[in-house]
Amino acid sequence: MPSVPAIETEQLRKVFGDNAAVKGLTLQIQQGEVFGFLGPNGAGKTTSIKMLVGLITPTSGKASLLGKPLGDRSTRAGVGFLPEHFRFQDWLSAREFLTLHGQLFGMDPRRLLTRIDALLERVGLTAFHDKPLATFSKGMLQRIGLAQALLNQPALVFLDEPTSGLDPVGRILVRDIIHELRGQGTCVFLNSHLLSEIEVTCDRVAFISHGEVVRTLELASLDTGRVTAVLRVGEIDPKITAGLSPWAGDIQVQDHRLTLTARSEEALPEINRYLVEHGVAVYEISPKRVSLEELFIETVGKEGGL
Amino acid sequence: MNVVLILARMTFRQAVRKKIVLTGLVLGVCFLVIFSLGFHLISAATDKVTIPGGKGFIGIINTERSSALLLAGLYTVTFLAIAMAALLGADALAGEINSGIIQTIVTKPIRRSDVVLGKWLGFAGLLLLYFLLLAGGTSLSVFLQSGYAAPHLAAGLALIYLESLLVMTIALLCSSRFSALATGGVVFGLYGMAFIGGWVEQFGSVIQNQTAINVGIVTSLIVPTEALWHRAAYEMQTPLAGALGLSPFGTVSVPSLLMIAYALVYLVVVVAWTVRVFQKRDL
Repeated sequence: MPSVPAIETEQLRKVFGDNAAVKGLTLQIQQGEVFGFLGPNGAGKTTSIKMLVGLITPTSGKASLLGKPLGDRSTRAGVGFLPEHFRFQDWLSAREFLTLHGQLFGMDPRRLLTRIDALLERVGLTAFHDKPLATFSKGMLQRIGLAQALLNQPALVFLDEPTSGLDPVGRILVRDIIHELRGQGTCVFLNSHLLSEIEVTCDRVAFISHGEVVRTLELASLDTGRVTAVLRVGEIDPKITAGLSPWAGDIQVQDHRLTLTARSEEALPEINRYLVEHGVAVYEISPKRVSLEELFIETVGKEGGL
Repeated sequence: MNVVLILARMTFRQAVRKKIVLTGLVLGVCFLVIFSLGFHLISAATDKVTIPGGKGFIGIINTERSSALLLAGLYTVTFLAIAMAALLGADALAGEINSGIIQTIVTKPIRRSDVVLGKWLGFAGLLLLYFLLLAGGTSLSVFLQSGYAAPHLAAGLALIYLESLLVMTIALLCSSRFSALATGGVVFGLYGMAFIGGWVEQFGSVIQNQTAINVGIVTSLIVPTEALWHRAAYEMQTPLAGALGLSPFGTVSVPSLLMIAYALVYLVVVVAWTVRVFQKRDL
């Protein structure tokens, strides 16, 4: 069966007064994909999510979720959502809270019951199931919020900054849950500015800046892409470094440290052989993959959200 | 279960857990105790008065006394119910929009109208309980102490309850667009306008000034709350008080049944308007 995209948007736009928060969002995200949505503060990430989940009406443009146009009510039964700065009915206990949200999803009471037990266990809150949310810490609330987003076993789930307020243990939990979701074929739309988080969880990322997607890339391609390397070397003549150009660019030498960007990882042994053949002592080669952080800065600029 | 009922139950439970019901209950009981004590003391004092006219005349005086005190009590109850209605409605949507609680609710496979109707229904239930406690308690206290029951009591109380529903609904409408504080300001402002308009109409009726009466009618068309009270008071006052004219809690210029029908339509329109505003709003 040819599967419809989980999310498809075309020139989605939202204007508040004179300010275009999202200028024209065009995206296609497949089912089962874990998609990272990256951008500096104020780039329009949350506004984009809010349009997709139906909290905000787009000014113009088109979008569909799971093949149905935005605003289709029945589609929402298969969509989960954890908002940024998650707030909740804090007069309810954890179990009552999940029951309420399961009922709003229209879930069968028996299925809901087993689902709640499983999720409380998964997010590590079983012991607190009858405690009111008012007594929960920020991290516990984020966990119960995540459980709420997964109650209906969604085909598509939006997580807006899911790790904000979580300690390292909580962050690993979220990462593991995202991996499990990927295994179950759930599409995850992850909005985060924790780049390391995105780097380890996502299949693909989009960089958004000033309300537009400026770049999308497969994270798997980061592995086979350019490699920055730092070499600790002996005396080296500028003429010799110039001879490295077939394998590398951005060559700089400073205090016996040779920094370069190799075309690929395979070029590093060649560079080593070349240097040794030309009488340069090589003490150490430290390859460094281009990190998402560097790409981020390169793509959206150093000024970020300013 | 129906989504509206789920949300109504949640609204109700929220009020219970947030101690709104408890404070209403405790202060309501305090009100009833003070009212009953006052009624007892005044009755005891007036019972001692001897009038040459004989027993029949004393009976009439007692009835009028009980009626006047009952209406005074119910007038206070009306104000308390309206304050409760305004406070419940004001924070309902504005509070949840502001905190973001609403975000995980309206993104479920439900209609936004379900959210509005669920809240409305939950508050209507709460107000009914609060109102029954206060108004029912006041009427019962008078009946037990003096044997007096107002004519058309059920109809009168229903009209006052409708008045509190109207205030709650207007508050809900404002709260779908404005902050809770602004909503409170608007609702009490409108209520104040209707209040003074209603009394201008009553005095206008006594001095037979048609312009003053018209001022009252126009304000009642804008906000028909006070008209409902005056109709309720008219229903529940004694025939003698009606014949004598103006009393502090009685009615001279009687709002027509058409005005009552207008208030009902008004209520439905405001609910529909709230749904519409909330449906269009970016959250």
